[in-house]
Amino acid sequence: MEFAFTAEQQMIGETARSWFAQAATSARTRAAMAGDGMDAALWSGFCRELGLSGVALPEHRSGAGLGLVELAIIAEAAGAQVAAMPLLGHAVVARAIAAGGSDAQQAHWLPRLIGGETLAAAALDAEVTADDDALTGSARLVPHGGNAGLFLVSRTNQAWLVPAGAGVTAHTPVTMDQTRPLATITLNAAAAEPLADSAAALATAQTTGWVVLAAEGLGVAQAALDRTVAYAKDRVQFGRAIGSFQAYKHRLADMMIAIEQARSAVYWAACAMDEGSDEAVLALHAAKSFAADTAFKCAADMIQLHGGIGFTWEHDAHLFFKRARSLQTMMGSGAWHREQVARMVLGDVA
Amino acid sequence: MKLGFSAADEAFRAECADWLQGQMAGEFADIKGITKLTAKPERRREWEQQLAEHGWACIGWPKAWGGRDATLAQQVIFAEEYARADVPGRVNHIGVELAGPTILAFGSDEQKQRFLPGIAAGKTIWCQGFSEPNAGSDLASVRTRARLDGEEWVVNGQKIWTSLAHISDWIFVVTRSEEGSAGPKGLTFLMMNLHQPGIEVRPIRQINGDAEFNETFFTDARCPADSLIGAVGDGWRIAMGLLAFERGVSTLGQQMGFRNELDGIIAAAKANGAAQDPLIRQRIAQAEIGLRLMRYGALRMLSQTDHSAIGGAALTYKIQWASWRRSLGELAMDVLGQAGEVSAHADYEWDMLPNLFLYSRADTIYGGTNQIQRNLIAERGLGMPREPRGQA
Repeated sequence: MEFAFTAEQQMIGETARSWFAQAATSARTRAAMAGDGMDAALWSGFCRELGLSGVALPEHRSGAGLGLVELAIIAEAAGAQVAAMPLLGHAVVARAIAAGGSDAQQAHWLPRLIGGETLAAAALDAEVTADDDALTGSARLVPHGGNAGLFLVSRTNQAWLVPAGAGVTAHTPVTMDQTRPLATITLNAAAAEPLADSAAALATAQTTGWVVLAAEGLGVAQAALDRTVAYAKDRVQFGRAIGSFQAYKHRLADMMIAIEQARSAVYWAACAMDEGSDEAVLALHAAKSFAADTAFKCAADMIQLHGGIGFTWEHDAHLFFKRARSLQTMMGSGAWHREQVARMVLGDVA
Repeated sequence: MKLGFSAADEAFRAECADWLQGQMAGEFADIKGITKLTAKPERRREWEQQLAEHGWACIGWPKAWGGRDATLAQQVIFAEEYARADVPGRVNHIGVELAGPTILAFGSDEQKQRFLPGIAAGKTIWCQGFSEPNAGSDLASVRTRARLDGEEWVVNGQKIWTSLAHISDWIFVVTRSEEGSAGPKGLTFLMMNLHQPGIEVRPIRQINGDAEFNETFFTDARCPADSLIGAVGDGWRIAMGLLAFERGVSTLGQQMGFRNELDGIIAAAKANGAAQDPLIRQRIAQAEIGLRLMRYGALRMLSQTDHSAIGGAALTYKIQWASWRRSLGELAMDVLGQAGEVSAHADYEWDMLPNLFLYSRADTIYGGTNQIQRNLIAERGLGMPREPRGQA
């Protein structure tokens, strides 16, 4: 038992944090927001220069053979910069293929996804009908769906891979979080190949998504606190740094108290999954709900504690705030995740 | 990063569980499940000695002083199995977890020889004399005076909130030894025998009717000149060093007590139908999540290898558990409904859940109030400017 990062994990964290801080700048993120919501150069740099796109994928498929702890470390670093890149869809789809794809599906898709040649998005719970190997219908609210070349489409417990092309159209409405636009995908007899083991693929898609979202939330929350702390030292009113007022510093302390718990939650869940612990599912529900709520609390406090400047478009506070809001709802609200925990501890009484 | 325990650790767990459960089913069955620290004090002392005789009294201490040099994982396991077996809290918690480690860290060899064997044998029970009526959150403003009179220190003043002083043998006291000094300067850390005419202990009745805390009066109380830890005037440094030991492995044992309380709430909610209320379900889930995060926060704090700085998990731990438990007490009463407000006992005594509701109001006060904790977190953890000090 040692609930601390190994030297290798620390190194991955330092590398990822400094890379995102340098590459995913506010200016570049804003350029992506004004465009299609994706910083294409950032994503290609992530896959090719940084080489972390294969982190939780098998080595014999060009992956790094590491686990969800390492994926969480990277997602946390990406969240801290509200990076406009499709890490969520990539991790969810690639790990789903690794878990439930046939040998041929893995051999074909994983190297392309890891190398950044193909970009994937998850269209879960789609309203589609299947006619042989052709899907017709639609999926809403697909993160970075407008940028994807490959979709993981699911309906109840069936899953298919659908390459972008004939019969596939994407429409991206104006999305509140412009760093992760939510597209509507329409399928019209689109060519689809069923995954060899849909159940395994979808279970992995779900747990991977929860880990990525929870870790992003942790990164958002910590960055919101760090930036607010810097402002509290710098901004002077009534002849004092505003961080010297108890009403202000106690609110910062409350942010840190929540963040430390979110940090325990995220890495407990990731590590419990990696170790196959019987606590893992409870840990995932705990992590997703707690970290997303913490992200929102901290981003909201960031706006309040910055005063008027925090309400402007020019300041980055709204990037954190909008990402946090999206994290709270995506892949199950906090109330839904807590209800799953309630079922586990109360048994079948409702 | 690794959460699982090794096979050797699991074997150690089986050994602990086996022995503890055997004791609670056998010779010490009469104290099993007691939650009040003040109940059956004589039997609780005997239990301390039983632990010592079988090598379980202070497993984290060095072997040379009666411990086992237990690894962190082993200490975690023992704390968890201790509570899981429904063994009542240690009446010598302060001796084993605070006095002993402080003497080990700062005491002379002669002091180690004099004091550690008694603690390791479960024979001398210790309590803590820090707070005073006018030195609560502001601990550095203690007024209890100590002056050297030949070969002895003579102590006059009053301490308060001295937990279990009425059943203890020794007390460590932060005293003002330099006339006219103020704040953290001029303080001396003394160890005193409670069994002497100059010390009087008066219990303080609390919100739940019990009396775990005391006022302790010193009137020309005496101790030998070499009863101080560190040097004269070094008391503040020693006291702060001691408080750092409060964030030790015993916190995990405390959490197992919390587990029992939450399990009690879950059982009550299932029995009376509250478990079907969606809002109660959300709060039970929140409590469950909070408890798990407390465990992993503690493991993160204990796994920290760099002790040069207090990590975030350690700095936020006190307010985290205290606030969680206070909310748990409120949840307990919402689950029980009005039935929770009547007692089946003849005296003003309460079963676990109503008692939790009342007692947990102390959690966010003692050991640094929530307000003080927030100051500490903002100042030490986030580098915010310190609170301005008034004139002493």
